[in-house]
Amino acid sequence: MTSISIDMSNSVVSNNSGGATAEPLEAAIRVRNLNFFYGKFQGLKDVSLDIARGKVTAFIGPSGCGKSTLLRTFNRMFDLYPGQRAEGQILLNGNNVLAKEQDINLLRAKVGMVFQKPTPFPMTIYENIAFGVRLYESLGQRDMDDRVEWALRKAALWEEVKSKLQQSGLSLSGGQQQRLCIARTVAVKPEVLLLDEPTSALDPISTTKVEELINELKHDYTIAIVTHNMQQAARISDFTAYMYIGELVEFGETNQIFIKPVKQATEDYITGRFG
Amino acid sequence: MSDLTMSAAGAGIYRRRQLANILGLTFSAVSVLIGLIGLLWILWTLASNGLAALTPDFFLKNTPAPGSGDGGMANAIVGSLMIVGFATLISTPIGILAGVYLAEFGKQSRFGIATRFFVDIMLSAPSIVVGLFVFAFAVATVKHFSGWAGSLALSLIAIPVVVRTTENMLNLVPGSLREAAFALGTPRWKVSLAVTLRAVRGGVVTGVLLAVARMIGETAPLLFTALNNQFFSTDMSRPMANLPVVIYNFAMSPYEDWQKLAWGGAALIAIVVLAINIIARVAFSSKTQS
Repeated sequence: MTSISIDMSNSVVSNNSGGATAEPLEAAIRVRNLNFFYGKFQGLKDVSLDIARGKVTAFIGPSGCGKSTLLRTFNRMFDLYPGQRAEGQILLNGNNVLAKEQDINLLRAKVGMVFQKPTPFPMTIYENIAFGVRLYESLGQRDMDDRVEWALRKAALWEEVKSKLQQSGLSLSGGQQQRLCIARTVAVKPEVLLLDEPTSALDPISTTKVEELINELKHDYTIAIVTHNMQQAARISDFTAYMYIGELVEFGETNQIFIKPVKQATEDYITGRFG
Repeated sequence: MSDLTMSAAGAGIYRRRQLANILGLTFSAVSVLIGLIGLLWILWTLASNGLAALTPDFFLKNTPAPGSGDGGMANAIVGSLMIVGFATLISTPIGILAGVYLAEFGKQSRFGIATRFFVDIMLSAPSIVVGLFVFAFAVATVKHFSGWAGSLALSLIAIPVVVRTTENMLNLVPGSLREAAFALGTPRWKVSLAVTLRAVRGGVVTGVLLAVARMIGETAPLLFTALNNQFFSTDMSRPMANLPVVIYNFAMSPYEDWQKLAWGGAALIAIVVLAINIIARVAFSSKTQS
């Protein structure tokens, strides 16, 4: 019902540190009239929006509003489950990823995902990272070592694990495991990073570390993050989308959404009148 | 400070519950004791009758003529090792791959449902029936018994065990691990083999070990396939000596030295099966990770 597309060519973006810079925004992912069904139940209703390249877009909303569902359409995770289907268009670099001809594995190599529950593979830390890289690139030993180190540095985990790369990934703490998963996703150099409530299973200190990480990563990646923690969205995102029962209610710059939302429904949620 | 007494009716119900609790605990404990006593009795009988026979000669000399007072079970031990060894080589890859198929690809398909059904039937098929089946098409057709037929019969018994254990272990892997692998763009076969199967490798190895332990003691199938061989032989295409059949023959004979050897063989099998079970549980119990 509500379709919101933002004209990104001449937007003024104010980043979280308060300064305002005029820079042309490019849409990494364009969603047009997306409808999603779990069997007969409709999980997403006519959603349209643009995800800006090189920025963090946060999706907030109460439980069951469809934010995770939306995120999981971007890399076609729903294909794993018969009975779930999506209609509409999701354009990544001009190609509709929902098309039948789309190579799903290649899509997922370009659009990486980190989940709520840290899921290190049952392998060594080194192998966890190398596994994804090996799928699409053939690197020599030295190059692979470099890539593993690069990915672990990107995930702010290198210093903590550099002396125990041959230990099992499962021997790390929860926060470290999640950063390992982020390193693993980053190592294959995707264009877009999808983060599905990445810190809700972590303690506050690990959460802070991961949030700092996201701030670092957004220089190189487009990031879409689902979070049920509004303060987190306000802290780290450039754009915020508020969803409610499968519909996109409002979408705009984070500062604007949290300070002066356009819709009353948005304001009610932000101020905690319901949750 | 609240009053913790109950009404008269409440106290009656509570007392009945306490009684039922005590009765239940008593019956459970008694059942455990009965089971344990039975097990310990068997082990004690085997040990007292059989351990004395486990001399170096037992392992080095072949099965003797009756009444000679000399000899051992060397040919039977080697024969069992070879027959069970080849059966393990055959059944392990087939069983694991079938288990992977059923857990990862065959949940909804009709082929998967049918396969699971037949595996369940085979799991409880009487081993003598399996032996007769292999006899009909691998022995009668070529008109001689062979070690290969024995291995074939044992694999048919072991495969359902490995399939079931592998499938059950794989079903324990949480969906989140699979999703994480798919999210990297991993093709489906690789998710199954390199990630999911790897996560439960401890449990799968346990399943294989338990199948081996079962194969070691099976007698009926070997009666009709490998038969027996008085002499030392490593030729799998001919009848082959093996522990269960030799024990069967010697135990029913009237010769004391043969009976003593039979006890020794039984004790040996019991020790090996116990050892395999203990190793499987101890070495791999901490390794099944999710």
